[in-house]
Amino acid sequence: MPRNRSVSAVLGSSVPRPRPQPFSSRNRSALRRRVVVAGLVVLALILITISFREPTTGPLHGVQSTGATVLRPFEVAAERVARPFRDVYGYFAGLVHVKRQNEELKAEVNKLRQNALLGEAARAQNTRLREQLHFIDSPLFPNDYTAVNTRIIGWRSEFDERVVIAAGRDQGIHQETPIVTSDGLVGSVTQVTGSAALVTLLTDESSAVQARDRDTDAFGVVQHGQGEGSLIMDGVTKDKKVEKGQVIVTAGTRSKRYPSLFPPDIPIGFVTSVGQSDTALYKQIQIQPYVDFTSLDAVTALITRKQTPKAP
Amino acid sequence: MTPADGAKTAALLFFAVVIQLSIMAQVTILGGHPNLLLVALVCVALLRGSLVGAVAGFSAGLLADTGVFGTLGFTALLLTLAGYWTGRYGETTGRDRAHAPLVSVAVITILYQIAALVLRFMLGQNAPGSLIFSGLFPTVLLNLILTIPVYAFTRRLLRPRDWTPREVRLLG
Repeated sequence: MPRNRSVSAVLGSSVPRPRPQPFSSRNRSALRRRVVVAGLVVLALILITISFREPTTGPLHGVQSTGATVLRPFEVAAERVARPFRDVYGYFAGLVHVKRQNEELKAEVNKLRQNALLGEAARAQNTRLREQLHFIDSPLFPNDYTAVNTRIIGWRSEFDERVVIAAGRDQGIHQETPIVTSDGLVGSVTQVTGSAALVTLLTDESSAVQARDRDTDAFGVVQHGQGEGSLIMDGVTKDKKVEKGQVIVTAGTRSKRYPSLFPPDIPIGFVTSVGQSDTALYKQIQIQPYVDFTSLDAVTALITRKQTPKAP
Repeated sequence: MTPADGAKTAALLFFAVVIQLSIMAQVTILGGHPNLLLVALVCVALLRGSLVGAVAGFSAGLLADTGVFGTLGFTALLLTLAGYWTGRYGETTGRDRAHAPLVSVAVITILYQIAALVLRFMLGQNAPGSLIFSGLFPTVLLNLILTIPVYAFTRRLLRPRDWTPREVRLLG
């Protein structure tokens, strides 16, 4: 019997279709999965939007502060457990460069010893002259500040130059409190809760400090440089004299409009290169910070004991 | 997922968040930064599927954002997607394949880094592309090294589900 293969015959014939199945559990599961993921993504986007636009005193930041406080003991515990291992690693890593560093440090100690003798005499003279003049000064580092020594308990991602410290409002820390180590300036507090605070490091894109060359009194603004952890000093006009090796310290407040967060004379770093071009308005000054931002461990928050003068 | 599994997953990820924030975040080797949280999440998602992966990623990310005063939802968004996609891979082609954890971690690490960079750029935050790309290979390598012990531990903690073969009726 010849088979009828024409299109009309095929389409016209009654095809035994399978009966429509009820919504299977497999499909339901896939749908539920997609709904949940879409919901979570939307929720995350809403949180990002609110968190990004809300001021730091807003309710969402309040919830975040509570969360950070809850996490804090665990972070401190983990940090304490890891400390011996890190110390051992640091010890052996340090041995690699120890001989060269020893030579460099011996030379530096000799130079500093001479400077210290000169500095001691100058300081005594300065104190005497100030007393004679009844000189009224703004808070000075370190005498007019109370030190709150604290540990770093959290680090942001590689994108951020910020750390979390284990002291907060309860210890007298507030927004814009300067943070230092024995080596020099570290940064300032940008967010604070009762028992923890977020410190924005000097190497962060958003940080800037009014600074001066300790030897020549050339003023400028220290901010992050091109490389990781590098700093530059901007705004130093070409007529000012700045040389390689000179020490850069905080300048304190130089402008009524932009009061400095930092007291004067906190060491920042030393000049590694100075350049200038015909087209640029200012000198191009590279600075090597004294603080090693990659191995920060404990820091000191400076709480002022003296009222900071406010410009009228 | 049983309540016991849920509790184990929560404990594992909480532990990973704490370790990541307080220890791993400051480890830099050859420019790379190991991400224990991401590796742990990938392992959980591979063993427990996309739904658990997404929910675990969101929760762990939110906790990480809270712990470092970050933009809330930032890490949560990235980890939600990472958990979901890894889970889907584990449910489909990656099922029962020995190399699935390593492949997942390598791919997700690269995508995570790029997505974080793009998201930061969109939010107007510091997005150092050159820094991220120069450290991408070491980061992948470090995460792969972490994967082996973390996956072994996660597998002991969360026993793989038995994939029951579906019944097939042969025609004829």
